[in-house]
Parts: sequence; structure tokens; C-alpha cells
Amino acid sequence: MTTTEHMSDGPVPTAGHDVVLDVRDLSVTFSSEDGPLDAVRGVTYQVRRGEALGIVGESGSGKSVTSMAIMGLLPRTARVTGSARVLDQEVIGLGDAAISRIRGEKIAMIFQDPLTSLNPVYTIGYQIAEAVLTHRDVTKKQARERAVELLDKVGIPNPERRVDQYPHELSGGMRQRVVIAIAMANDPDVIIADEPTTALDVTVQAQVLEALEAARRETGAALVLITHDLGVVAGHVDRVAVMYAGRLVETGTVEDVFYRPRMPYALGLLGSVPRLDGGRHERLTPILGTPPSLLNLPRGCAFAPRCPMAQDICQEEVPELAEPADIGAPGAGEEDDPLRRHRSACHFSEQLAGVRPEDLFRPTSVDAEAPAEVLAAELGGTRPAGGAAGEAPEAEPGTGAGTPGGGSEVLLTATDLVKNFPIRSKGILRRKVGEVQAVSGISLELREHETLALVGESGCGKSTTARLLLQLIRRTSGDVRYMGRPLHDLSDAQMRPLRRDLQLVFQDPFASLDPRMTVSDTVAEPLQIHGRAKGARTRVKELLELVGLNPEHGSRYPHEFSGGQRQRIGIARALALNPKVLILDEPVSALDVSIQAGVINLLEDLQDELGLSYLFVSHDLSVVRHIADRVAVMYLGKIVETGTTDQLFSAPAHPYTQALISAIPLPDPVKERTRERIVVTGDVPSPADPPSGCRFRTRCPKFAGELSEAERVRCVEEPPDLLDRGTGHRDACHYSQVVELI
Amino acid sequence: MSDIDSRTASGKGPAGLPAGGDVNRGEELSQVRMVWRRFRRHRAAMVSLVFLGLITAFAFVGPFVWPWDHTVSRDILGNQPPSLQHPFGTTNQGNDVFAQTMRGTQQSLKVALTVAVLSTVIGSVWGAVAGYYRGRVDAIMMRVVDVFLIVPLIVAVAAINGNVRGGTTWYAVALIMCLFSWATIARVVRGVVLSLREQEFIEAARAVGARASRIIFRHLLPNAAGPIIVAATLLVAVAVLTEAALSFIGFGIQPPDISLGKMVEGSRTAAFTRPWLFYPPGILIVMICLTINFIGDGLRDALDPRQTMVRR
Repeated sequence: MTTTEHMSDGPVPTAGHDVVLDVRDLSVTFSSEDGPLDAVRGVTYQVRRGEALGIVGESGSGKSVTSMAIMGLLPRTARVTGSARVLDQEVIGLGDAAISRIRGEKIAMIFQDPLTSLNPVYTIGYQIAEAVLTHRDVTKKQARERAVELLDKVGIPNPERRVDQYPHELSGGMRQRVVIAIAMANDPDVIIADEPTTALDVTVQAQVLEALEAARRETGAALVLITHDLGVVAGHVDRVAVMYAGRLVETGTVEDVFYRPRMPYALGLLGSVPRLDGGRHERLTPILGTPPSLLNLPRGCAFAPRCPMAQDICQEEVPELAEPADIGAPGAGEEDDPLRRHRSACHFSEQLAGVRPEDLFRPTSVDAEAPAEVLAAELGGTRPAGGAAGEAPEAEPGTGAGTPGGGSEVLLTATDLVKNFPIRSKGILRRKVGEVQAVSGISLELREHETLALVGESGCGKSTTARLLLQLIRRTSGDVRYMGRPLHDLSDAQMRPLRRDLQLVFQDPFASLDPRMTVSDTVAEPLQIHGRAKGARTRVKELLELVGLNPEHGSRYPHEFSGGQRQRIGIARALALNPKVLILDEPVSALDVSIQAGVINLLEDLQDELGLSYLFVSHDLSVVRHIADRVAVMYLGKIVETGTTDQLFSAPAHPYTQALISAIPLPDPVKERTRERIVVTGDVPSPADPPSGCRFRTRCPKFAGELSEAERVRCVEEPPDLLDRGTGHRDACHYSQVVELI
Repeated sequence: MSDIDSRTASGKGPAGLPAGGDVNRGEELSQVRMVWRRFRRHRAAMVSLVFLGLITAFAFVGPFVWPWDHTVSRDILGNQPPSLQHPFGTTNQGNDVFAQTMRGTQQSLKVALTVAVLSTVIGSVWGAVAGYYRGRVDAIMMRVVDVFLIVPLIVAVAAINGNVRGGTTWYAVALIMCLFSWATIARVVRGVVLSLREQEFIEAARAVGARASRIIFRHLLPNAAGPIIVAATLLVAVAVLTEAALSFIGFGIQPPDISLGKMVEGSRTAAFTRPWLFYPPGILIVMICLTINFIGDGLRDALDPRQTMVRR
């Protein structure tokens, strides 16, 4: 095989026998009704044995398609060109039978969704054994033994018992570990993991990444880790490749790419991530616009339309992936390794030495297609605080100046709020056979002009709490008050006028807008319901402008917008009635990071301009740290710790909070590798049958490791109260102890 | 069904529909135009629309133009093969078959469209209300549906038509068929609504304070339009065929009036000897069913704003 032009300085040739996966100039084109769709365009990379390469990119960047092409898993309609060699054997263009011998044996793949990648009708032992039996000449008994051994290696407790269980008996994290065990079954040379932890909670993510590391150590395989999460990449790979619109735009060691990015896109991506270790009040710098449609890509650099430093040449010529000229030859002490060299695909990468994201990108909240539009929009005077605040008479001038939450009026309170969902038997009688204790005695208060974050893993009851506060679900016991007025026994009709003040923004920007209604109709609906139809048209335009959308787009339907834009429409609808309180249910977790930053900035601006109070429900501690004034951490229907954001992050006291914070991957390779970790084991117990005493004790590292037998009794028998440790920082742990983690 | 009452009540209020229409009149007009534009791109539906238009004109305008009517005339020679004067020939008794076909088509269309429209409206609202409220309301409403579903349509209609005076006029036939066919629509709509109501945009509407009536009529039913239209077009076909079957067994529209089904029945022994008596009504039945089905297809696609291209 000849070398490609990308490797001007000496082919990677023969970088020896230890290159196990060698991808060159791989392109994938799908034919669609609207013409050819270039999903992957000339991707070249190599991975050595035992090495880990991270491929980062946003949705639609082609990162998954690349690996599907290598695995031969693409549909027949896809046209794949270029070459991918696994252990010097070409795999592109192989027939199904031939590639099946390589798949699983030499190259294994781990998919995103562990719920669907296991077959529900076979035991996990059978499925692992099947992988072994397909490629090896062993007896069934040996294969089963191997299955038990593998389960043990990926950290599944009681493997002898687990091996005979079915997938539905295992939690998501366990299932993903089973998938990893299947991938390791035949000691493959390459493991491709495609977003292996995206569907999982952070504490479980840490465990699964651990299992993945174990798999790599055990098999000595090369790992290709595909993810959108810069934090995951920082901690677990040696080299990174950043993908954008089907091309690699920057490659290099993790340190080079994270600390010295030379491509505006990589730089922008780093600037748009809210960081657990960053300054809290720093503005995020979103990348404007949306990734281009792969159907008709711009002629030059695909990033040019969103790039603040784009010049004429960028529109004309596609930049090669090459070393920036100013990066000299490696120093005397360093060995020259062609694979580890820092390359970027930008005409101006030399100018990017030492540039920080905020130097290049504007910390704006406007949704515009190109940098120039933002400038126009901001100078045009529609966005700056004065203009927008004038449109909202409800915003009281005094509130903006007050310190967040400091002594201001309490708007929304919940006291001992409980919600149990009945579990009913099947059949006609539908007897009540149990209860899911979704929320078990929560007390909260939301003050004027503050952001209270409610944080927890999936199933902890945080979304249920949000709906209970709005009376969208009726509570079992406890009370909810808005400005002193009890809401919990109001009828729907009595509640209606109060809904003007209390609004909700949803997680999923695709499901939360009626697909059959135009954007104008959607945003105008609250106005019509509350008898403000007169002047609704102008109000809708105002609102669209307020959330940074083009007001001329009102007659379009939701499907014509991108995820970030749809989320802005949802925010505009919630703002239509000038609410005082906005309950945000995971408002940014479905968005790509570069888009997410713009929406976070928008929420911050709106709060300042309109004097809103936010209840911000989220699982993402980095976002919470960035946006919240106070935080409440939930676990299995109870609040385990509350405090101001600074208190909670600088001195977390509850073991669960500590574990959550240390499980969040930092997008900083050195910090991520050297930080202290508090690891929790296992999965969240079922809320239908929560543990006695302290609900966290089954997973608590303190309970398992530090406490004496006598001390443990208290955890088992006595549910801890949420106690003030002075300064309003409260936690619910009998043996709480502050730990500094960041 | 108090929510439906409340809808009409709210229509007069400040938050009601007239005001709502005011806000977006310009846009709603353009929406109608967009639906029409998408519909026009559906070739089969457009062709069908033209054909159905021709059939309708034939049935309703034809009788005014054609010299003969569907009754027996002394001026007509019995048992004639097609000629210029009588394109479909004449019957033994001396009816002009061409005129009979016009009248029969007219009656069949009236029955079919009445059944389809009425059943669809009743069934959709019934199913949507049951699916939206769930629980006890749903259980009771669906048991009512079950009662109507387990009675075989033909037997029920035959029993009622035969025993009620005036039971064989076209509207009586249509109403009685309606009574026993809305239930299938209700079932379909309930199923769709059950899954739709779990979507976040329904919760979003509740969170801004929308009443049940608004959620049902503005959010749930428009989003269920696809399955509703499919069911409704099927119902047109079923109604034409049921009417034909009823007439065939002698319980539908009775002489001297005539329907397509009755004509097929009257000439069933002549299918091979005098095909001109048998085929015109038969072919028209097939044509009506086919065109309505294609139009339904086109309408379903056109009403879905996500549909940017038409597959045909």
C-alpha cells in the first residue's frame, strides 16, 4: 500500500508491526433522495497495540459511521472507499462471511445502548459463550467457564450467579459491562467503543470506564473511544482526533489538543464546555450556527461558516491535516513518533498558538448562523439588557442588583413533599401491590431572582419534584406554596391563573413542541389560553427575538429547526406570559456542547433582564456549577445535601455528593488523571423498595470502608435528617465529613 | 362530555377560538395553501380527485341533463343492448340503465360520505376523550364501544331497516350504518391518543394551563390525523360495499329508488348474458372506493408538515 499525501514527512509506514488498525483515506457516501451525502470524507488514522485513541465530535460529525464502516456494519446503500487494515488485513470490501471472521475475533465493538445490544431472550452467560464458541474450538463447558471469568474481570459481583441471568435482571451499567465482556471474549486486537457511557449515569459511567480500562489491560488491545464528552476523552486516551463534518480536523496527544489546540473548532469546543474546575462566573463561548448539512457542504473548509477567523481562502480551499509550521522538530529528549505529532486542518493554525477560546469566540447568547450576524444583532440594540428589559414590565428594577438569593422574597416552597406512585397488578382488578416512592419528603425554597439547582441521577425523583411543584402531578402528602398561597389543593381551574407565573421548560426539544403547529402558534398558545390574544403577533415576534431567534421564522414548523433552536422556542413559549419562576427540566442535556453553551448564556441573560427565578433540574454537575446559586442534591427521593454552589462544590460533605463530583470527568488531561476519586459501587436501588435507614448506605464508600460495625448500625436503622452544619450548608449523613475535591 | 361544552362556551370568551383565529389569520391561510401544495404533488391523489369529481358530477348534475330518469318509462323498450339513446342499455321492465347508474351513484355516494363523516367525527372525539382521560372514563367509554363492535353491522342494520318505517330511505340507511361503524374509529383514535398524550408537548400545553378541550382538539386530534384519515377512507369503501350488500340482500334502499348495490343485485344473473347491466354499477363501486383511498393517502401526507417530499 502506498502512503497518502497527508504523510508528507515520512510515511507511518511500517510504524511497525504494532500498528493494529490502519485507516487510510476512508470515505463513506450514502445516497439519499436529495443527492449523495458525504458522511465521512478522507479519514486517516492509525492505532498501535495497547494504545487508546479518542475520536471526539458532535452529533452528525461522522464519528460513528467511520467505525461502522471499519466493522462492515453499514447498509449496502453506503459506498465505502479507502482502506482500513486490521493487522495488515484489508477489511473494506470484504464479503459478509469473511468480515464475520474478523469481527469479534480481531476487532470488537461496544455500542451506546446496552438495553438493545443484548438479546433479551438469552442469558448473559449464553451470549458471552456464543461469542467464544463462534471463533474458538472449545466445549460448551469451557466457554461457560470463560464467561464467568470475563464477568469477573469486568467487575460484575457474583459472576457464577449472574451468568445465568437474563439481561432484564441487570441494570444498565451491568449490561454495558456484559457487552464489554463479550467484546473481550476473544482477546481482540482492537476494541471500538462507540459512546459506551452516554446512556449511563455519571457514577455508573465511572465504573464502566473502569471496566473498559480493565478490558484494555487484559487483552492488550488498542482502544478507539468514540464520544462527544471531552471529559471522558481527557482521562482515558493517549491521543485524540477531533472530527467535524466527516473530516478529522485536529489530531495529536491529549495534552496537545486540550492545552494547545490549533484548530478553531477544537478551541471553540473547549470554550463551550462548562467546567467543574473553571471560574463560576466566566461566560461560556458558544460556537455559532449549526454543523453544516452533509448534503451540500461548503466548497472550502466545512467549519468556515461558523469560524470567527475565516478568510477568503477558507471558502475556497479545504485545509489539509498537517503540522502547523511553527511547531518545530521534537526536542532532543523526546522521541520522534509520527503518530503522536500534533496536526490540524486549518489555514491559519500558526496564528492560534497560545490563543484562548474567549479570544476568538464571542460569549454571546444569540442564535445566529455566522459570527457577522451576531455582531449585527448585538449592535442593532435588540439584545443588550436595556432593550429587552424594557419589553418586560414585570421585571422589577431593584431585583437585578441584589445579590442572588440573599434575603430576597421566597417565591416557591415545598415542605415534606411526598409522591408515591402505586404499582398495580395486571388484570381486571388492578389491585395495588406496592408503591414507587418517587419523592419522599422533600423541602425546598426558591427565592426571587435566584437559581436553585436540583441535581441527581436518573430515577432520583428530580423531574417528579418539578412536576409536583407545578401541580402537573398531584402530591401524596406535604405542601407546595407559591408566595405563601398553598397550591396543592387548588383545582385545575383555580391553578390556571397561577400558571402565568410558573412555567416549565422541557428536556427534549424534539418532543416538547407540537409537530403540527407553527412556531408562532406554539408561542402564542399561552397568550390565547390566558386571554391575551390581542397583540399576540407582535408579542410572539418580541419573544422570538428575545430568545435570539429570527422573528421572521414564526410561520415555520418545529422540524425545520435544529435542537438548540427548538429549545429556544420552548423557552420563548415559557416566557410568553412573563412568568416569575421558570422550572427548567434538564434544558440543555439533549444538546451538543457547542450549542448548549449558547442556551446556557441565554438563560443567564434572561434571568438578569427579566428578574426570573429558576429551578434548574439537571444531572450535569458542571452545568449546575456554572449556572446555579444554590444546589440541592437528590438521591432516591430524598435531598441529601444542600448549600450554596460554592459551599457544595468546594466542601461537599455527603459521601454521595463527593462521589458525584469526583465522577464528573474534567476536560483537562492532567487534572483528570491526578485527581482524588471517591468511587461508588453498584447501582441505584429500586425506589419501590428503598434500603432502610440511610438510603445511600448500600453504595456508600464510607459505610463500606470507613465505618465500624457499631457505627453502621445507625446507618441501617436511623434515616439521617438534613441537618445544618452552620452557614446554611446542610447534609443528611450521620458521619458527614467535608472533603475537598476540586 | 362536559369538556366539549366548555369548548363551545370558551369560544365566546376572550381566550376562545375566534380571538385565536384573529392572531394568525394570515398564517392559517398560508397553511391551507401549503397543505394544498403538498397535496398537489401527490399524483395518484390528484388523479383520483379529478375522477371523483367526474363521478360526483355524473351523479348529481347528470340527472338534470339526461332525458330519462331512473324510474320505469313507457317510452323505453325493455331489454335493449347499449345504443346511442341508452348507452348502458335498458332493463326488462323498461328502465334506462344509464339514468339508473346516475341515481344509484348519487345515493351510494350520499350514504357513504354521510357514514364516513359522521362516524369519523363521533368516533374521533369519543376515542380522544377516552384516551385522554384514561382510567374509569376510558373503561366505561370503551365498554360502550365494545357493545357496538360485537354486533355484526349487517345483521343489525338489516334488523332495524326491516322493522322501522322509512328505514329504507338513504339517510335512514346512512344513520343506522353510522351507529354501528363509529366504534371502530373510536378504537383506532383511542390507541393513537394513548401514546400521544404521553409526549412532552401535551404536558407543555397542560403546563401553560390549557383545558382538556383545547388539548384534545388542538393537539391530540391534529396529531392523530394520519390514522384518522386512513380509517375514514377505509370507512367510505366499507360503507359503499355495505350499502351494496344490504341492498343485495334486500334491506337497503328499496325500489322504486335505486342504489349501486341494488343494481348489481338486480342484474346478478345477467353478468354474462347482458354485461352492460352488471358492469357499470360494479365498476363505479370500485372506482369510488379506489379514488377515496388515494385521496386519503394524499391528504394524510399533505397534512403532515414534516413531509417535505412526496414519495411518488
